[in-house]
Amino acid sequence: METVKINDITPGDLPWKLRYDASRCTLCGSCVAACSFRAIEAKVERRRMIFSEGDLPDPRARFSAVPVIKQVNSLKNYCRGCGICEKVCPNDAISPVRNPDTRHPIVTRCAGGDSIKRGGRKNITGSPRTLDQLRVGRISQMTDPSLDAQRHTFDMLAPFGRTLPAEELPLKLGSDGTLISSGQTPPVSWIYPVIIGDMSIGALSWRMWEGVAMAVAYLNEECGLPVRMCSGEGGVPSRLLKSRYMKYMILQVASGHFGWNRILKAMPDMVEDPAGVLIKIGQGAKPGDGGLLQAQKVAEHIMAIRGVPKTDLLSPPNHQGLYSIEESVQKMFLSFNAAFKFRVPVSIKVAASSTSVSVFNNLVRDPYNIVGGFFLDGIDGGTAAAHEVSLDHTGHPIVSKLRDCYLAAVSQGRQGQIPLWAAGGLGKTGDLAADAFKMMCLGANGVFTGKLILQMAGCIGNDQGRCNACNTGLCPAGITSQIPALAYRLDPERVAENIVNYFLAMDQELKKLMAPIGNSSLPIGRSDALVAMDKAVADRLQVQYVC
Amino acid sequence: MCRIGAIKSKNYTHPSKALLLMQSQQKGHDNSGFAMVMQDLGGIFEGYKHLPTLSMACTDEGLNLAENILHEAGFRRVLQWVPETFPSDELDIIAMPNYVFQTFSYPKSCKNASQEEKEELLLDMRLKMRAVLEPEDQGYVYSFWPDVVTLKEIGDPRDIGTFFNLWEPNKNFTAKVITAQCRQNTNYDIVRYAAHPFFLQGYTGLANGENTFYQKNKEMQSNLHRGYIGFESDSQCFLYSLHYVHRQLKWPLKYFKHVITPLPFTELNNRDDAEQLMVIRQSLANLEINGPNTIIGVLPDNTMFTCCDAKKLRPVVVGRTEDTVAIASEVCGINEILPDRDWATDIYPNEREVVVINEELEIARWKQ
Repeated sequence: METVKINDITPGDLPWKLRYDASRCTLCGSCVAACSFRAIEAKVERRRMIFSEGDLPDPRARFSAVPVIKQVNSLKNYCRGCGICEKVCPNDAISPVRNPDTRHPIVTRCAGGDSIKRGGRKNITGSPRTLDQLRVGRISQMTDPSLDAQRHTFDMLAPFGRTLPAEELPLKLGSDGTLISSGQTPPVSWIYPVIIGDMSIGALSWRMWEGVAMAVAYLNEECGLPVRMCSGEGGVPSRLLKSRYMKYMILQVASGHFGWNRILKAMPDMVEDPAGVLIKIGQGAKPGDGGLLQAQKVAEHIMAIRGVPKTDLLSPPNHQGLYSIEESVQKMFLSFNAAFKFRVPVSIKVAASSTSVSVFNNLVRDPYNIVGGFFLDGIDGGTAAAHEVSLDHTGHPIVSKLRDCYLAAVSQGRQGQIPLWAAGGLGKTGDLAADAFKMMCLGANGVFTGKLILQMAGCIGNDQGRCNACNTGLCPAGITSQIPALAYRLDPERVAENIVNYFLAMDQELKKLMAPIGNSSLPIGRSDALVAMDKAVADRLQVQYVC
Repeated sequence: MCRIGAIKSKNYTHPSKALLLMQSQQKGHDNSGFAMVMQDLGGIFEGYKHLPTLSMACTDEGLNLAENILHEAGFRRVLQWVPETFPSDELDIIAMPNYVFQTFSYPKSCKNASQEEKEELLLDMRLKMRAVLEPEDQGYVYSFWPDVVTLKEIGDPRDIGTFFNLWEPNKNFTAKVITAQCRQNTNYDIVRYAAHPFFLQGYTGLANGENTFYQKNKEMQSNLHRGYIGFESDSQCFLYSLHYVHRQLKWPLKYFKHVITPLPFTELNNRDDAEQLMVIRQSLANLEINGPNTIIGVLPDNTMFTCCDAKKLRPVVVGRTEDTVAIASEVCGINEILPDRDWATDIYPNEREVVVINEELEIARWKQ
């Protein structure tokens, strides 16, 4: 009899346990080969069988060695529940099962003396989603006709760039009675109201990134949807920087400034301006925490693009040298505006926070009119890597914060001057059109989304702790991995196709929501079109309460 | 759906014409009120064109309060016209005790004031009177402006006409520009201020429709100008946008259309003036309108115009004779007052058009 070793790791301590049916298993080995986490292995078990063959009991023992698939009892190679084994099993002999009695959060900390890191999203769900408590409740009927989503035309574009109040527009009356321009206005692009959010080329596999970029090009050039994609921090391949597709790309600079050396060097050879610059101050899924790209994902091409050796890449949580709004406006905005000769809108992304309105107010009052967009990122968004404690316990929901910022602008008569773009768990239920529409009614000019794009590509992770291993570089779907064998699991063309199709479906659905409220253009700030079925939500968001 | 109508004539016209214009369209409105603005006045007001006339419905106390405010500010009454009324229990009208139409001379302090200073003073006085009368419901100050008279009442327009004896044409109470509408506000509370036409500093606006961007317009306009108040009706937003674009920004009228119903981006980008139209669309996105609407507007120089929403979801027709142009929601209204016109020249404006009638009654059709 074995000694009981309390502190040994066993499947009962881990978040997922294997269901394995040896009688169905053909021992083909597909599951072991496919498990990118090495969480299962082929083993031989010693079996003892007692049998009796005569008329009278005559127990005998027979020993045999049986090849089986077993879960690895390891805190390093533990099962993430991704289910790839199940996908490849021809006989349905194996699948992961969630272990409600997991001790993983404790034993991992005890064993490692280090914080738990993972990818994915917040995995603590509380009350029902606010957006699901809202309905589009003002339906045009007798007094104004609803429109026809199929037959009518809709103007579905959102501004990206600083808008001046009308009295400050450099317009003067010409001799022929028309207004002529007498000066420059800040650059503004009118783009599709859903931006593909900032996921870096280090966080994603190059094939995933390529698939997203292909989708964006296709949406623009074949479907007529001017969708923009944000590069994420970390730079862009030179070939893309110098290509005509640059115009669909919003370049991101974050506190690590990774990749900007290469971008600056490519500027003389750029044939198109980028769609914009997004300065990332914070991220909703892990506010106050810097970027994190772990060494295992820093492959050779990533080193080249970022201009750094193979090591953990940590962006500091703040932009060193920027200690006030004024500095942010003066130094960064001015320099990045100047870099592209004031032809490219420069915007800022911050994590939603109790203090967001103050930040927004300061930017709105910026006398240089230089902030081209306020990207507000709430909790519930995704991240490729973060400390679990940040993911699960920091952050601020996006809905009320977006509304607060919009109403702050309204009270000053400055709504629309800095476009508001919102994100953070939008499309969590798979239905981005509805979430985007409601956010626009509450005051967002548009939304941005990242996690959902991964799910379009085939990400099998979810908000209940499934997979969430983007940080390891072992993404079983090849989406967030730089290992060629894994990355090649992903077909970039299929990724592009899925994203394009999703956007086309979403476009139809947005029209299906605009038509009943009788709107030809996006319903920015039309909170009168919404009703809330929760009194607290209604009061907080200043929309009508219904029951 | 309400109906709207307007008359612009070379001759001084009695409001009975406006009643006739609206009466034949009565199936389209619910006969819940009558409101009109008369501009370029004839009759007893003709000799006082440059002095402000106060149009107000009020209680006795309200009259006192308003007169005191004007006297304190130095305004002196030079003309008073009290309409003869014919009350009867059989009339459907919720009348006020007093209907005040008084013309005032400017305070002496305005002797060297510019036109603009006077215009700001007149607005301030109206807003002040409104603010004082409003809390205790002591009266409604509709306009205080030179050469303009406003009447608004709740009830059946026929009975309101009978009450004020407006069915009988006479030469004392006439104007060259009359805009009218026969319905009380239905979307929001019934208050006298909510009835079209609305008037602000020489600009008149009335609309048939539903402005589904009401909340956006209202939130924006509330911060744009002290005169943009009330918002008892979603249609007030059209007047305020007109006032803002034309008077405050000093942009030509055609840009009003570009503000409220901007061209789709695809069309806009192909135009020579794309740069200007784009910045206008960007900066004034909150004044855009949505939903079905027809708008009639009058500018301070008595230019009249009409235009529609971007999808032409509400009707309007313009008919004319040598000396009169009439705009109405339905052609039957025009048939009533201009039966002998050449109906083949009637104009049914499209969604990208502004139809403008100038002082010489020349009709221009501007393509947006």
